[in-house]
Amino acid sequence: MSEQAKAGGVLGMIWEFFASVRLTVILLLSLAATSVIGTLVPQNESPMAYQQAFGEFLYRLMAALDLFDMYRAWWFQLLIVLLALNIIVCSVERLTALSGILFVRHPVFKIARFQKAKNRQEFSVEAPAADLQARYMAALASQFGYRRVEPQGEGFVIFAEKWRWTRLGVYVVHLSIVVLLVGSLIGSIFGFEGYVNIPENESTDTIRLRFSNQPVTLPFTIRCDDFDVSFYESGAPKEYRSNLAILENGRTVLTKAIVVNDPLRYRGINIFQSSYGQVPHEHEDAEDAAPGEFRLKVTARDSGQAHTLSGAVGDRLNLPDGRGEILLREYVPHLNFGGQDLGPGLNLTLTQPGKEAQEIVLAMRFPNFDKMRGGEFLLAVEGAAPQRFRPGQDSGQRFYTGLQVTRDPGVPVVYAGFACMILGLLVTFFMSHQMVCVEVRVLGAACRVAVAGIANKNRLGMQQKIAQIADRLRAA
Amino acid sequence: MTSSYILSFVTFGYGLAGFLYLFCWVFHKPRFAILATLALAAAWLGNTASILLRWVESYQMGMGHAPLSNLFESLVFFAWTIALIGLFLEWRYRDRSLGVFTTPLAFLALAYASLSPGISDRIQPLIPALKSNWLIAHVITCFIGYASFAVAVGVSLMYLIRAGASVSPGSLPDRLPPAGLLDELNHRLVLFGLLFLTVGIITGAVWANQAWGRYWGWDPKETWSLITWFIYAALLHFRLMRGWHGKRIAYLAIAGFMAVLFTYFGVNLLPGLHSYGSMSAG
Ligand code: HEM
Repeated sequence: MSEQAKAGGVLGMIWEFFASVRLTVILLLSLAATSVIGTLVPQNESPMAYQQAFGEFLYRLMAALDLFDMYRAWWFQLLIVLLALNIIVCSVERLTALSGILFVRHPVFKIARFQKAKNRQEFSVEAPAADLQARYMAALASQFGYRRVEPQGEGFVIFAEKWRWTRLGVYVVHLSIVVLLVGSLIGSIFGFEGYVNIPENESTDTIRLRFSNQPVTLPFTIRCDDFDVSFYESGAPKEYRSNLAILENGRTVLTKAIVVNDPLRYRGINIFQSSYGQVPHEHEDAEDAAPGEFRLKVTARDSGQAHTLSGAVGDRLNLPDGRGEILLREYVPHLNFGGQDLGPGLNLTLTQPGKEAQEIVLAMRFPNFDKMRGGEFLLAVEGAAPQRFRPGQDSGQRFYTGLQVTRDPGVPVVYAGFACMILGLLVTFFMSHQMVCVEVRVLGAACRVAVAGIANKNRLGMQQKIAQIADRLRAA
Repeated sequence: MTSSYILSFVTFGYGLAGFLYLFCWVFHKPRFAILATLALAAAWLGNTASILLRWVESYQMGMGHAPLSNLFESLVFFAWTIALIGLFLEWRYRDRSLGVFTTPLAFLALAYASLSPGISDRIQPLIPALKSNWLIAHVITCFIGYASFAVAVGVSLMYLIRAGASVSPGSLPDRLPPAGLLDELNHRLVLFGLLFLTVGIITGAVWANQAWGRYWGWDPKETWSLITWFIYAALLHFRLMRGWHGKRIAYLAIAGFMAVLFTYFGVNLLPGLHSYGSMSAG
């Protein structure tokens, strides 16, 4: 127990609370359990979508518990802070206890521990003890950095050890977690994550933040000179490419073609290719008009049976087995969902016998969009592939490039934490502090030699090692 | 595609090896168990060949990418790693009864990959977000970790059988490796798996940062891999600090693997808008 804990009082109690491994396990499992919630409830969608999915009452309850943005909720952040405190307190506690063993010039060996070791091996040699001493010291030199001889009766004892410092590995792992948390904190205070759509041949210096939608002015201007998508023969997209220029005071300072996975970085700000789309027209022209007929795929959740229904806007479609009807209310060329343009969408009304009519929104390009509603039927619009947006297909059609613009000065810290964690794990898992003791007693003309070892982990490995060393000493 | 053709033989090979191990164990014919090992080794070589061939074929089709880009290909790699770990353990601990519980896992992975109607074995072109060396590192490390956890489940099951009630000498459970060794193996496999899972999550984070400008976004797949990490870290602390051993650790290893399976298959069933496709295209 540390000084603080012994001192008693409230501080001491708090300290002791955080110094427990039971707390660690409880926190790890609580984080695991609560993280599940955020994967069951889609995060950061629009209130409208939640109301549609859960109904008014559940919506209010869940909103009060911050379940729609739970990874940034106070209670989740609190768990993380507790974990960090737990790690720090435990590390301080352990390191103070260990400092007497770890940071010493002449390590202490307790011969009684080696005499009790299960891996102890003994053999006899016909040679003078002084001879053996020189030979054994030489034989151990290749494996053990530290060796020391102490006389014992007429004979002697050799203590040797290596990798004492690996005992620190665990603390490197643990502290790397703290480093990661610090890095993410730096990012959330000094960084931002935003989006901007720039039509070809236009420029902007203002982006919008994700979640809050607030505008942020960049210290430079981004111009999109060209946007292009290439496709595989199958029609799947192969590459999205934007030719961007960075302007400062009206002067072009940098140009670069960015593709997914190869962003542009300038002045600590990263610009990523993230989406694209058609520039909305001022008035509804042919391009934005609804396709004449929609094909709606209806999958019953209980049986998995799928049906395809067709109809135009204004039509009523009957669900199979008299389970209700769907009214195709409206086609929207640019569905706004949580601040993002999801492309074309459909508004529907679902009427089922004995139930209230339900308003449903479908994003045509996302066949899984309706999953989150959790209804009896999964609805999806068929044949609305993103290829509809293939640029250059139709001259006079303009595209915008969707850029993600981020700044995160915490990234180097986070990456340092990653490196520490991997190194720490390697040391912790695969290296151990190994100590051996060779005890030589003189029995008349012969000597009795005993070899034993202690390691802070991997007992099996130590046993094999002692067998090897005994063999080598016999031969020496 | 020749590679897919080879895979059907490989699947059969793993199945046969699993059957032979089981047969030798149940009917106490340790001398024939070498046949099981040979079948396993042959199937593993075939598995290796099919992966390499698929790689070549993807270049011939003009798409040229490592065969680690979709569910099918990752399952094939998963089976390959499980078989490799199985062969290694058998060689290292000179005990063929280990194969009884590990080989079927390789067989199940491949059988699922080829029989499940939802999984396409076609070589598909890479969508833009997947074109990254970090992604390859990510998939390889994650699957080495998952395979290690899978084998740990096999070892845990063996432990539970072996350590159950009273084991009479010469009985079926008694012909399994000693309980102490199984417990130790379970621990090492979990350590090895956790190391690779950690590297897998980290390379995934670096990749996400390259592709989307954020290293962590709490999307369900990321979150579930973290949940898995928490469970195994808790297991480790139970063992190291509270001295848990044997059965309780075996049950935890099985629970951890359930989380792995969910990370892998279950996440797609969750509600939400996010998938690789929509992230990159929309
Ligand atoms: C969220 C992550 C983690 C937390 C909060 C955590 C926390 C803790 C705590 C509080 C202890 C007790 C410390 C002591 O009494 O000295 C401990 C011990 C230990 N932890 Fe962790 N740990 C975490 C992750 C890991 C990981 C990933 C490993 C994998 C190597 C690990 C390995 C160990 C080991 C080996 C010990 C025993 C230390 C000793 O005997 O000195 N921990 N951990």
